[in-house]
Amino acid sequence: MNKFYLGVDLGSTTSKAVIIDENDIIVGKGITNTRANYAVAADIAKDEAIYNARFSVLKKNLTADSLSRPEYQKYISDLESVFQYEQFKVRLDRLGDELVKTCKTFFHEKEKQEEILEHLRKIRKAFKPRIKYDYLFNNLGAKNQFFRDIVSEKYNEEVNKLDMSLFEPLMTVWDKSISPAENQKIEFDFKELIYKAIEELKNKYSDLPDTISEVNLNFDAEMNLLKGNFNHVSETLRKHIDEVIDLDFTITNMTGTGYGRALLPFPGDCIRSEILCHAFGAHAVFPNTRTVLDIGGQDTKAIQVDKYGLVTSFQMNDRCAAGCGRYLGYIADEMSISLNELGPLAMESKKEVNICSTCTVFAGAELRELTNLGEKRADILGGLHKAIIMRAMSLIARSGGVFNEFTFTGGVARNPAVIKYLKQLITENYGEGIKINIHTDSIFMGALGGAMFARRNLNIDLPSEKKKAVNV
Amino acid sequence: MANTKEAIKEKSMLIQKDMLAKQFHELGTAKETGKKVVYTFVPGNLTELILSFDMLPVYPEINALQNGMRKKSGDYIKDAEKIGYSEDVCTYVKCDIGAMLNGNIGPTGEKLPSPDLLLLSYTGCFTFLKWFENLERLYPGVPVAMLHTPYQEDGKISAEQVTYMVKQMREEVIPKMEKVSGRKYDEKRLSAMLAKSAKSEDLLVKILESAKQVPTPIDAYFAGVYYIGPIFTAFRGTDEAVNYYSELWSEVQQRMALGLGPVTPEGEMQEQKFRLVVEGPPNWTNFREFWKIFYDVGAVIVASSYTKVGGVYDMGFRHDPSEPLETLAKYCMGCYTNMNLPQRVNLLADYVKEYKADGFLINSIKSCNSFSAGQLMIMREIEQRCGVPVGFIESDLVDPRYFSYANIKNRLESYFQMLGQRKIILGSEVAAT
Repeated sequence: MNKFYLGVDLGSTTSKAVIIDENDIIVGKGITNTRANYAVAADIAKDEAIYNARFSVLKKNLTADSLSRPEYQKYISDLESVFQYEQFKVRLDRLGDELVKTCKTFFHEKEKQEEILEHLRKIRKAFKPRIKYDYLFNNLGAKNQFFRDIVSEKYNEEVNKLDMSLFEPLMTVWDKSISPAENQKIEFDFKELIYKAIEELKNKYSDLPDTISEVNLNFDAEMNLLKGNFNHVSETLRKHIDEVIDLDFTITNMTGTGYGRALLPFPGDCIRSEILCHAFGAHAVFPNTRTVLDIGGQDTKAIQVDKYGLVTSFQMNDRCAAGCGRYLGYIADEMSISLNELGPLAMESKKEVNICSTCTVFAGAELRELTNLGEKRADILGGLHKAIIMRAMSLIARSGGVFNEFTFTGGVARNPAVIKYLKQLITENYGEGIKINIHTDSIFMGALGGAMFARRNLNIDLPSEKKKAVNV
Repeated sequence: MANTKEAIKEKSMLIQKDMLAKQFHELGTAKETGKKVVYTFVPGNLTELILSFDMLPVYPEINALQNGMRKKSGDYIKDAEKIGYSEDVCTYVKCDIGAMLNGNIGPTGEKLPSPDLLLLSYTGCFTFLKWFENLERLYPGVPVAMLHTPYQEDGKISAEQVTYMVKQMREEVIPKMEKVSGRKYDEKRLSAMLAKSAKSEDLLVKILESAKQVPTPIDAYFAGVYYIGPIFTAFRGTDEAVNYYSELWSEVQQRMALGLGPVTPEGEMQEQKFRLVVEGPPNWTNFREFWKIFYDVGAVIVASSYTKVGGVYDMGFRHDPSEPLETLAKYCMGCYTNMNLPQRVNLLADYVKEYKADGFLINSIKSCNSFSAGQLMIMREIEQRCGVPVGFIESDLVDPRYFSYANIKNRLESYFQMLGQRKIILGSEVAAT
């Protein structure tokens, strides 16, 4: 039987889970927003990672099989989206129950209660098909795909269409319902949901437009291949899908890390510092790493590692989280744009405006002032992103500087402007010779490191490189 | 987080408690008994000289740290800030000023007497100068004696520097003490006290060096701060101090013979996983919580620089009764914060080696420039020279707002796990050879 190891990184903003096999190969990864109930966040991330593992195995099996044709690939990626939608539906129903419950306890007057309930029904009716469409046609884009983000965005949109007098009661009901809803642990049956997803896909494909002229934006070549052929594709794949449904992903050992690690329902010896995990994960992906910079939701870590991926020293931001993920979130809110739009907009900067504030809240004020003075948004954002990296550079200097190779991890490593200024300042300060590594899955490095520690059970064992060295 | 369990106490601790009770009672009744009171500082203190005039010393920074431990500093600091002391000012100063504004009550609940003389015996810390300027305003008319202490810029104490300091003592300090106390300077009496100082110092060195043993019978930081209490303050040069250190040394010897570990507030430490050298003062407001983070994981401090702020005796210095004023001059210039940075690095690197430490940790104090300047360089140097994992945390002396338990615990946990990994690696390297 295959053995699997789990790492859970409970960060201040997101919770990540990674499952690896006996060769340290990632078989599944999952991510969700961190919430009041840490155990639920960890469970959701873990379940996501297991679902992801099943789909990964399915894809891998197909690649090895003669079925590796584009229409099959397309079918599976669609299936994965619809599968997510099936989970979403269940959560939405639970949220609906909570909203009704809140409404009934909050509004005692029968008439008022009925009025709000009626609005809630309408809101739900209005956004449910749109969300379904987004999932079915991969229309969620680069936005955060967490339940809370998607559903609150849509809810807000609907509430804003209504009379202003309804804003407060509807938002109050929302605020009181979303947390209990998302802190519920929901047990999903993979088999049941995947079959439902297959049925849903049948409807999607049979409803596809017949002529090229009706092609919409989502109608692509693979889909065209599936048109009229989906029943065959679905039937051929059924056997493979049934195989992954039965796969056993029992976790042999696990490690919890991240800010909320102490609150995870894990045994004490399965809890490990995120500094060690990030370093170990980054080193596993880029084995020549000597310096790691991790910018997460609320902290920045500069870590020096040895050739085995073990930490030799580290520095963290102290007292203030300016320059971390939450800082960017705050700035995005101030500018009324989404977090994912910040970086691309900053990339358009022609000359960065000098941002002095080292405080998140003051930076918000400075931003408004600079806007009033007529500075361009792109240039202000360029300056802000540069300021983030300048703070990180000071922390790196405190930890001993940059040694080749340099690996950048954490959620903020997905922001292109951050990467741009990081590269620029590393080169300016440490020369051209530094190789900078940034992985597309940089946000999962802590969870990966955790899973690798779980596999090694390092309390009694050693990292593999070291083991080899000792055995020689 | 507060630990309400009754702390375990040894005989030496009870002796110290009695000594302090007696000291503060004497201070509380000084006005009635007619004893004169000298406010002065711990680094480079001239305790024997003060005592030789039958005067009583008061150490404002000790009062501040005790108020910190008794959870009173927060309110005192707020009161000092209310009258205009900024957020960035040394929190010892603000705590002390706040305590004075609140009636100057000592740790035993008795009122501390106002000073009859302000003796600034160490000028290495610029804040001390400003602190005493403020005290001068708070106690108008009280004479001030200032002893300028040259910094060990060249890493050694020269004959000229000693002459310079002795001259200041003869011309500035002693005449003022004679005037305030109404007594003549008695060199014979001073010498006799200095001989007792040397005895206590011998014993203290033995106690601190017992931590070279593996496992160590003492914690040289968290318990060490109690051990240095009498010798760094009002008791150096007294029979009480010799008695205290004799008792403590015999306790430590017993522990060594029985192979026992250090005593923590929750009893004896069982497993010693990590031996550390620590640079920087401890945090006083959350002292027990801070200590607990260490002993809970089996981390013990085998040597620390903080226990040398009132004298680096393990480098060989002893008060010499044959040259009383010269020896006091050398003592003043020899205290830890008066050493230059290369000397500090050398001392700490020696500690790491001689005390077989697994790691080196700095607790950097936000509001103390004289201690914290240069610490990052010290850390890098120790890491390179000794090859041990280094750690860095930040807190404050007595401002409870600056002790972030979650952040400090998070960093220390990471550091301890780092040390744990390193031990496994080193162990396997030894096994492989």
